[in-house]
Amino acid sequence: MSNDAPASAAEDRYAEVQNSAEFEELRTKFRKFVFPMTIAFLAWYFLYVLLSVFAKDFMGTRVVGDITWGLILGLGQFVSTFAITMYYARWADREFDPRAEALAQKMGGHHR
Amino acid sequence: MSALVSLTPALAPAATSVGNPTLNIAIFLVFVVITLAIVIKVASGNKGAAEYYAGGRAFTGRQNGIAIAGDYLSAASFLGIAGAIALNGYDGFLYSIGFLVAWLVALLLVAELLRNVGKYTMADVLSFRLRQRPVRIAAAISTLAVSFFYLLAQMAGAGGLVALLLGIESAAGQRVVVAAVGIVMIFYVIYGGMKGTTWVQIIKAVLLIVGAGLMFVWVLAKFGLNLSTLIGAANETTASDLGKARDLTQPGLQYKNPIDFISLSMALVLGTAGLPHVLMRFYTVPTSREARRSVVWAIWLIGLFYLFTLVLGFGAAQMLGPSEIKNAPGAANSAAPLLAFELGGEIFLGIISGVAFATILAVVAGLTITASASLSHDVYNTIVKDGNATPEEEVKVARISALVLGAVAIVGGIFAMGQNIAFLVALAFAIAASANLPTILYSLFWKRFNTRGALWSIYGGLLSAITLIIFSPVVSGKAVDPVTGKSPSMLQGVDFHLFPLDNPGIISIPLGFILGYIGTVTSKEYNAAKYAEMEVRSLTGVGAEAATHH
Repeated sequence: MSNDAPASAAEDRYAEVQNSAEFEELRTKFRKFVFPMTIAFLAWYFLYVLLSVFAKDFMGTRVVGDITWGLILGLGQFVSTFAITMYYARWADREFDPRAEALAQKMGGHHR
Repeated sequence: MSALVSLTPALAPAATSVGNPTLNIAIFLVFVVITLAIVIKVASGNKGAAEYYAGGRAFTGRQNGIAIAGDYLSAASFLGIAGAIALNGYDGFLYSIGFLVAWLVALLLVAELLRNVGKYTMADVLSFRLRQRPVRIAAAISTLAVSFFYLLAQMAGAGGLVALLLGIESAAGQRVVVAAVGIVMIFYVIYGGMKGTTWVQIIKAVLLIVGAGLMFVWVLAKFGLNLSTLIGAANETTASDLGKARDLTQPGLQYKNPIDFISLSMALVLGTAGLPHVLMRFYTVPTSREARRSVVWAIWLIGLFYLFTLVLGFGAAQMLGPSEIKNAPGAANSAAPLLAFELGGEIFLGIISGVAFATILAVVAGLTITASASLSHDVYNTIVKDGNATPEEEVKVARISALVLGAVAIVGGIFAMGQNIAFLVALAFAIAASANLPTILYSLFWKRFNTRGALWSIYGGLLSAITLIIFSPVVSGKAVDPVTGKSPSMLQGVDFHLFPLDNPGIISIPLGFILGYIGTVTSKEYNAAKYAEMEVRSLTGVGAEAATHH
């Protein structure tokens, strides 16, 4: 059970790994990818939302036929979401997983 | 969009059914029989707690991704968004964008880490490095609150569909049908556990996406595969129906108040990663890598589906017009089924309404298993049994909880008929984003975070969101709609609204984060050892719960 207090030896082990250079590198690598990406997609999403409320004339301007800027940027949100998803999945498979697994191996893998 | 007609269905004007009720019921029964057979088949040997709560953690990423789509693409997405786009065009489209982009929060920040740390429920992760009892209770309360609003939305959809599709106009008759839907769902959950529920969601997701895809192609084909032509035609129908121009491509038809629009957008994009029934699905796969795959599959399927609903909404506006939609039993929620009837007559309507019922059934099952798991694993085991309940006892209590929750869902469904379901779901999202997301993120990423921070954030987010909803125009005080002759508020003829916005997100979400921060920095408590364990586990997967069989 996740709640059970682990033996103090195991606790020390976790603290030791947490303070190791390898783990710090793994954490930095992860955060350097996901934090800026999160800020980027949230900024792009809220830009779209703010344009929808404060720049209604622009968003309602027709570009081709009855297709407006609002629709184009809205569909752009779909495209960016798909693109970020695939970019992250590739990055995680290639860059993150091997390092995380190496560290897990070193700790004795799924040691339960 | 919503009306008191919901509370007194027998008095509903023009509650004529569309299509052939016998055929609709028959198609739905075929779905029920097939899914029941599958649930009975997969449930054999469904014994232990990991089996019941997490399907043995043996689903593949792809299976789970499809099931997540089945869980997430609720009646709100299908019926609610299509209806909102049909009536309010662009403003309805915003729902689907928020619902989709929100998945990136789950993908990047939550899914994999949560899979590595937790076991059965959201509370496992929230309470991991904090004081167990108080945090678990708080997390369980907020799980139940979010699931309840979400459940209400689904059952409201069921009620509207019953009136529209089965030709049952009497209140008693509708209650019987809602009760029957509830009983089938209870069986899925109690007998099939997470494994049975997952398969129901997989089947339903495939049917829903294929059905909506068919309508998408059909509608577009009618307009020369040209979205612009479709929108132009939808605007013409709307104008002639209303006797005045109403350009569906313009922002602001539904949300006059810009702040309301922003508030809703915040709730949508930040809510998903705090929905307990979504989070629980990540425990059904063997590894964090498969959890990632699940989300990738889910994002593609959900995105595709929302592209379909855009066309369905404009299609409904063009082929039906706003008056017909607003005056139908179930109001905006009826746009998609009515469109199916226009397109393919009673057989296609039967198929689409069967799919819509299946949708409600599968989502309600997912919510029920989540809430019952929380009652059993978080409340019963931790508080009643001090963490010493055997897995058998836990599963037994979970099954009893599912029975009780199913009954609550049935009663709630009877009272919630006619409310716009996309809006009800938006409230569930607001609560999830205010009460759950701050604690999830702080817990995973902020070293200093502690118990007081979690409690202030969960209770502060939850109470502020619910209080603001009660005193919002959603509950009372909106002006009467000239088309339907009723106020879109939940209650008619009273006005006690104090808060100007429909959605509380813009206040309650930052409040949840701020309270989490203040609570944390004013308390000295900090468990370094558990934080080390949690962080190392979350990133490396060491010590993560393994699949029960391979």
